[in-house]
This record gives sequence, structure tokens and C-alpha cells, in this order.
Amino acid sequence: MDAYLTQYIDPYYLRLLVLIGINIILALGLNIITGVTGQLSMGHAGFMSLGAYTSAILSMQFACPFWLALLAGAFVAALFGCLIGIPTLRLEGDYLAMVTIGFAEIIRVFLNFEPGGKAVGLAGIPQNTNFVLVLVMVIVIVYLNSKLLNSRIGKAWYSIRENEIAAEACGVDTTRLKVMAFTVGSFLGGLGGGLYAHYMFFIRPQDFAFMKSIELLNMVVLGGMGSIPGTIIGATILTLAPELLRVVAEYRMLFYGALLVILMIFRPNGLLGDVRVYDIRKRWGRKEVQANADTNP
Amino acid sequence: MFLEQLLNGLTLGSTYALIALGYTMVYGIIQLINFAHGEVYMIGAFVGLFLVTVLGVNILVALVLAMLSCMVVGMLIERVAYRPLRGKSTRLSALISAIGVSIFLQTLLALLAGTNTRSYPSIFNSQTFDLGFAEVSLLQIIILVFAALLMIGLQIMIHKTRIGKAMRASSQDLEASYLMGINVNRVISFTFAIGSALAAAGGVMVGIYYNAVWPYMGMMAGLKAFAAAVMGGIGSIPGAMIGGLTLGVLEIMGVAYLTSSYKDAIAFGMLILVLLIRPQGLLGKKITKKV
Amino acid sequence: MPILTLDGISQEFGGLRALDGVDLMVEEQQIYGIIGPNGAGKTTLFNIITGIYDPTEGTIEFLGQAINGAKAYQVAQMGVGRTFQNIRLFQKLSVLDNVRMGAYGVTRSGFWSSLLGLPRSQREAQEVTARAEELLDKVGLLDKKMEYAVNLAYGEQRRLEIARALALKPTLLLLDEPAAGMNAKEKVELMELIYQLREQMKLTILLVEHDMNLVMNICERIAVLDYGRKIADGPPQEVKSDKRVIESYLGAEA
Repeated sequence: MDAYLTQYIDPYYLRLLVLIGINIILALGLNIITGVTGQLSMGHAGFMSLGAYTSAILSMQFACPFWLALLAGAFVAALFGCLIGIPTLRLEGDYLAMVTIGFAEIIRVFLNFEPGGKAVGLAGIPQNTNFVLVLVMVIVIVYLNSKLLNSRIGKAWYSIRENEIAAEACGVDTTRLKVMAFTVGSFLGGLGGGLYAHYMFFIRPQDFAFMKSIELLNMVVLGGMGSIPGTIIGATILTLAPELLRVVAEYRMLFYGALLVILMIFRPNGLLGDVRVYDIRKRWGRKEVQANADTNP
Repeated sequence: MFLEQLLNGLTLGSTYALIALGYTMVYGIIQLINFAHGEVYMIGAFVGLFLVTVLGVNILVALVLAMLSCMVVGMLIERVAYRPLRGKSTRLSALISAIGVSIFLQTLLALLAGTNTRSYPSIFNSQTFDLGFAEVSLLQIIILVFAALLMIGLQIMIHKTRIGKAMRASSQDLEASYLMGINVNRVISFTFAIGSALAAAGGVMVGIYYNAVWPYMGMMAGLKAFAAAVMGGIGSIPGAMIGGLTLGVLEIMGVAYLTSSYKDAIAFGMLILVLLIRPQGLLGKKITKKV
Repeated sequence: MPILTLDGISQEFGGLRALDGVDLMVEEQQIYGIIGPNGAGKTTLFNIITGIYDPTEGTIEFLGQAINGAKAYQVAQMGVGRTFQNIRLFQKLSVLDNVRMGAYGVTRSGFWSSLLGLPRSQREAQEVTARAEELLDKVGLLDKKMEYAVNLAYGEQRRLEIARALALKPTLLLLDEPAAGMNAKEKVELMELIYQLREQMKLTILLVEHDMNLVMNICERIAVLDYGRKIADGPPQEVKSDKRVIESYLGAEA
């Protein structure tokens, strides 16, 4: 399929688009956990790696059909998300972050196992991911995310972030909802991981190291915590940036680091963190006499 | 054999403790996980290396100079990347800023010094003493003694000096301290300075002891030292010391008696265990939220 | 049957005994006040009733059911709404969303229903929105419904918290210093609002307040706490002239 598309689009850009798409899926997952529900997770790469390795091994060693391998990977990640969530979600913000770091690191250490090819990694993963598939998945996932975040469950997640005690006073079982957020978020993380593995053809434990978790976190924070369009933009920018900065080659991480600091100083809520669809519509509609201000943001 | 491993563990643990102190002090005052702290440790190692190998400076002098320069680095980082965010934005943005600094510094050193692992010229390495029940190297003794001196010095400063008192007050209630006339900015800068100096010392010691200095050494050591600080009770200075020493011992023991491939997992496994059983760490205070 | 019964409630925090053997009985549709000096344990009492703390000793019965040890969200779902001493609004949500959140405890659509937009969740959402707008109208905030909660004036924020608590369709409403920071006019409006709510919604109201004027005017019964102990309990006139109350809290009467 991609071969057909490369007649129209330079394969380099096609590849970038696929990577952007995968990162969007990963980041949306993290967005649910951290951006919306306010549970700081700095180990999202751990879920990604679980999805990647599970699906890769199923594909390669058990001749599993692609879609099934993907789903299985996502489920394994979701299962771990749920299991991790239950005991740790009673911890306060920073402590939770520490546990997520620890968890991701432990997974990475255990990824050095035999069937996974140890540190050398796993090669020969069938390249089943292509642009169209990723595009379709992104659209579907964005749509479902949007529905979810505007629903009763989504608003409850936001309320936990804003004021957990008040949320409880409204009847929200915060522990259950936090675990739910973790499970859904890690499902998407595992899904992204599976797509990643079947695109890159080759994976190794250090692809999913702490830095990866940080990159994903940056996408959510940069775009604006809890905002779906924000996360998409954040993922896009931060996937493109290293590529665009290739011009400055070895200095690019220097720029990246400085960029993060500067962004946090000048725009700590991210690019779209303070923007609501409602506000944008309001500004556009100011000319007309406005009678329908009853759309929910 | 066991005692030897214990000693190895304590040596490694002392370096963790020195780094952990910086994390815990900063967190105690401004509730920030200073992700760039590992990089200060790394810079300390490099400065010391540079002074000794290029400028031929005496190792002790180099150590002191490394500590001093890292004090400046630490204070600069605070001034540039954290202070503008203080009070204005969420803890998460300060964290991201810290990460940005960390990435920046790693890359900077990688560009300046190359990514190869370098080593200090061996000064004390070879000499060992046979104590009968264990064999211990002169270097280990020096490191242990020096680290102990630094930590004792820190305790004295915290409890016997005015600035130390100001630090303790600030870590209990920053706003109240400000209202009481304490120059909070100065206290925070000072805290960063002291923490960075200790980390630098740790860096030089590790450089000499393990003979390895490279731009990305701060990452793993930083994470582990941070885990140690949390285990001991984040915000607690004795906690950081105990946490660091314990972690070092556990890691060495784990490698010696279990398996070496999972040694990194030991630190984080311990961390998770402690957080699940006793989130405030060994010596931390339990914070009850006011409703 | 009394709506709420507290029997021998004691609460210890470390070495501090914040509450010591407090008994309370609140009848249906009463407006019951709790007063006392700062630190007397009033908010702690609220926190125990709403399930945020488990009492060290004693029992609590709500609508005949023991609710010791019930979690905060469970108590909320049973029909106990509350406002907080330090306002706890969802700052980055809109005013409307804040009130809609209050209705969480009385709605049911779960994850799948929400994700797939099933008819039940859509219907519930509409009902919740309609009711939220009604409540906002009642507290006079309907025109600000799309504002971020954090942008409201202080008095408005307090009214918003009340609206949110009402969305829970509570049987018992706990108000923790609802008049704090309000001017005289606002306080009069608040009193009227409380009466209205009691009538229209058949609410029982438990109220912590420092404004004596308001308390004496509006409450049918008052309990006085001091250092964690209840030192008086009765109609306003009685409490006002109780010697111990005057000594510890009210000061000598003019």
C-alpha cells in the first residue's frame, strides 16, 4: 500500500507521517492518564514496550495475524496498567511519578530476555504497519477520545485532576476511575507500541528507555494537558522537531533541551492548554448576535 | 568476602548518598524533583578530570575546585530554569524544565568532551590493605572517610548555623519563612549550591573509583540516587544518607549473590516496594492533607 | 426518624484528640447549626460525616444506616452533599460543568456507554445539563455558566459550590462556612436561599458558621463545640444565654 503512495509522496515524508500518527496514539493514551486525570506517569514507554514486544513475538514466533497481535499487545499493556494502578494510585502525585519511573525501568531490565533477543533486540518483525492503517486508526481513536472526554466519565477524570476531594464529594469513586484512566491510557500505549514494532522491523529495550517516556510526556505537556488537539499538535511538533533539527545535527538535542525550558517559562500550560473550542467559537461569532451559547466545551 | 562486598556497597552507597542529598534538600524546600541534578554530578566528574589531566592539578585541589564550580552551575540552573517558574506554574512544568536542562547539559558535555568514556589517572587505585577478614583498598577508605566528613559537615551546618536554620525553616514552610524575613531566594540558591557541591564530590570520587567518566553517567546515577532519596524519605537529610548507603549495599550484594544483569532493577524494585508499604520513606513525615 | 445520628464520635490525629465523644441528632428538614471557636473540631466533624475520615470511636447513622467507614464517594452517593471551608471548585472546568459534576453520584452511565455514546448516556447528559441550568438559575449564576470557575468572584464561587452540592439531589446538605467573606447583602440573600432550598427540596441542612447573626437567625437548633467537645445543644435562645458558651466563644453579652 505504501509503495503505491510513494508515487505521490516522498517516502521520507510518508515515514514521518506514520511516526507522527503512532506518536499521536501514544500521546493520547498518556494524555488520558496525565493530561486529563492528572496522574503523573513518567513510565509510559513501559506500556509501549509491552505492546511492542508482545505483538512482535506473537507475529514472529506464533504466526499470529497482525490485527490480533496488535490487540493482544494492547491488552497486555492494559492489564499491566490496571495491575500497576491498583496499589499505586493511592499515592500522591510525585510519589506516583516515581513509581511509574521505577516500573518502566524494571520492565526495560526484564526485556533483556531470551525470546526477545536480549539487549541486541528483536529483528525481522513483519512490516505490517502502513500509512493508511495508521491514518484510519488515528481518526478513530481521536474520535473515540473526544466522545469519552466529553462524557460523564471524561468529566469525572478532569474533576479528579482539578480537585480530588471535591470529586469524591460528588460521588466519584476516584480510585476506580484512576485505575480506569490508567488502563485505557496504557491500552493506547500498547497499541502504539505494537504499531511501532511492526513498522520499525526491529526493536530493542533501549528504544523504550526513560527518555522515551519523557518525550511522550513532553508531547502532552507541550500541547496542553488534557486537550486532544493540543496533544495532536504536541506529538506532531515533537516528532518533526528532531527531524527538522537534523540540519543542526549534533546540536539538535541542545536545542531540544533549551526549547523545553523556554517553553515552560513562557507557556507553562502548553500551547493549547488554556484554549477551549467554546472560546474560539465565541470569538468568531462575536460579529453575529449570539443565541446559541449552549454547546458544551 | 561478605565484609568486602559490604565495604564495596558502602563505597558505592556513599556516592549515591552524596547525590541523593542534593535531591532531598531541593525537594524539601521547593517540592521540585531536580532532574538536572544528575548532570551536575557528571559535570563535577568532568571538571575534576579536566583539572587533573589537562592542568595537572593536585587531586585534592581538583576536587575542591570541582565542587566550587558545580556550586556555580547549580545556582545558575536554579536561576535560569526554575526561579522564573516558581509560584507561577504547576509542578509539572518545573519538572519538564528540569528535564530540558538535563538534556541540554548532557548534550553540551557530549559535544565538548566527546562521548567516549574517560578515566582519571590512577592515583590511589593500586594500594590495598589486608585486614585479615577483608581486603580493602586505600581508595575505598579515602572515599568513605571523605564522604563521611562531607555529610557530617552538612549536618553541622544545617543544625548549627544561621543559614542552616533558615534552610530548615524554609523546608517546613516556605511562605512563613518569607514572611518572617528570611531571604528565601538566597536560601534556595544556597541549597542548590550545597547540593551541587556534594554531587560534584560524588562525581569525582566515582570517576576515580570506577575509572569511568562519560557524559551520560548522570542519567542512571541520578535516577538511582533519587530512588535512594525517596526510600530514605524525600525531604529528610539523614534519610537521603541512609537511603543512599542502603541502596549501594543492596545493589552490590544483589550483584554478588544474585545476578548482575538485573542490578538496575534492584534499585527500582526497592523503590516501588518502599513506596507501596511506606510512601513517606523510612524517615519521611507523613503528610496529612488539610481538607 | 432522625436523618443523622452521631453517637460518641471521637477522632484522634496522632496525639491530638480533635473530637471527644460528640453526640448529635439532626431531624428531618431541620436547619442545624454548629458553632465554636476555630480549631474546635467543626470541619473535622463534617469530614467524618462525609466519610473523609473514619472516626476513632463512635458511630454515625444516616437515614437509619450505619455509615462508619464508608468511603467519601459512597456517602455522597447516599445523598449527603457538602461545601468546603476552603472553596474546592473544579477551577479549569466551566461553571456549568462544575454543577454537572455534582450529579455524577446520581447518574449511571459507565465507560462503554460513555465511549460509544449510547442513548442512555446521551439522555442522562441532557437531563443533567437541564437540571444543572435550573440550579444555576436558582443561585443566580446562569448567565455565567460558560465561565471558568476560577474566574468567578468569591461570593459567586461559594454559591456555585452550593449549586454543585445540590446537583447530587442530597437529602442532607452540609455547608461549611457558606457566608465567609460575604457582605451583609449577600448574607441576607444566602439566608433566603437556604430557606428556599429547605422548602423546595425538602433538605435537611447542617451548617458551620462564624457569623452569629446568621446562625441565630436561621438555625432551629445549634450545637456548640469547644476543644472537640460539645458544650451546648439546643434552640438559639438557650444556647445564646448558656454560660459556658458565652465564656468560651461568644464573649460577655452586651
